[in-house]
Amino acid sequence: MADSTHLLNSKQMARFVAEGYLRFDELVPDDLNQAVKEEMDNQAVPREEAGSPLSAIWPDAAVGRVFRLPEIEGIIHSLVGPDPLYDHHAVHTVAAGHHFGQHWHADAIIDTRKHFDIQFMYFAHDTPREMGGTLILPGSHYRRISESDIARYHNFVGQVPMVCKAGTLIVVHHGMWHCAQPNRTSELRYMFKLRLNPTVRQLRLWNTDDIDDPEVSHILSTNQPWHGNEERIEHVNRIHFWRFLTGDDQFDNHYWLSRIENEPELV
Amino acid sequence: MSETRQKLLVLYLRTPDLHAGVVAWSEYDGAAPADERHTSGDAADSGGETEPPYGSVVDAMRDGWRVVQFPQQYPAYPGTEYQVSYLKYEYILEKMEVVDG
Repeated sequence: MADSTHLLNSKQMARFVAEGYLRFDELVPDDLNQAVKEEMDNQAVPREEAGSPLSAIWPDAAVGRVFRLPEIEGIIHSLVGPDPLYDHHAVHTVAAGHHFGQHWHADAIIDTRKHFDIQFMYFAHDTPREMGGTLILPGSHYRRISESDIARYHNFVGQVPMVCKAGTLIVVHHGMWHCAQPNRTSELRYMFKLRLNPTVRQLRLWNTDDIDDPEVSHILSTNQPWHGNEERIEHVNRIHFWRFLTGDDQFDNHYWLSRIENEPELV
Repeated sequence: MSETRQKLLVLYLRTPDLHAGVVAWSEYDGAAPADERHTSGDAADSGGETEPPYGSVVDAMRDGWRVVQFPQQYPAYPGTEYQVSYLKYEYILEKMEVVDG
């Protein structure tokens, strides 16, 4: 069970709903980063069976200690509950001097659920822009596409390269569009990815003390520069997702759903 | 003997108006020599630029690009009115470039 002091708050959850990811800079201590990097160098991170309880895997590995940090347990609990399942992990590498990007994609396949998986992207060493890192597209998580359907696209206004210090993680909704970036340095680049599945209904799993903070509405209304004319449709998707997460079927933001759900029958 | 090769520029706009701002873009250059990136099948030109090459399709036309495909516009299929997927306003433009054959 996660320490309640480390749960996400409602403003962070609203940010996840609006942008599809949250970023935590230098969260993992340096000694642990170095231990994980050594495990990756030695290809010593065991692959576990899909569907295993997260609590049962990597009992001795440094990477297991990362995902048992109280701060990270709080993030996990807030998004996928107290006892999530391990889906898979990947030690992604980009070789030194690899000057080519990867095509844009989303992981797995087209996924129509409201229920959602999360993926951690963990950077165990400093990742300057010339090293990559992973490029993500905020606000892409509601887009219904299957893996590399989006490979024709090259650049978006608002794309974000993960340039960060060692120990930084992002946690993304499973639908997030992303791609690896070139590594123009002389060092191998790592990104450790872990996908988790919920085992409980994802309903108010975070610290909801600030659920009525006006900033929540403001965050849910944040536009992405690449959405263009679809900004309002994106808002509708966010409102539906917030209803799912809070259990409040009447929730609305800026009257978008109240208007189109108004079908009076009074004669 | 010189020959011509096709270069493609794909611009994605905020709205279907050809003056609308560019929100995403791709370039495919048939005049450039083949390299490992484009023959390996697993590498792309993703993320190489931060600013679009033109402000709009009309701006690109002023620089000699010819529009060769408009996005078709269809009403949403019933039940999909609030779903989002691909970028809707995709314009494909070309230039023909002379190369040494």
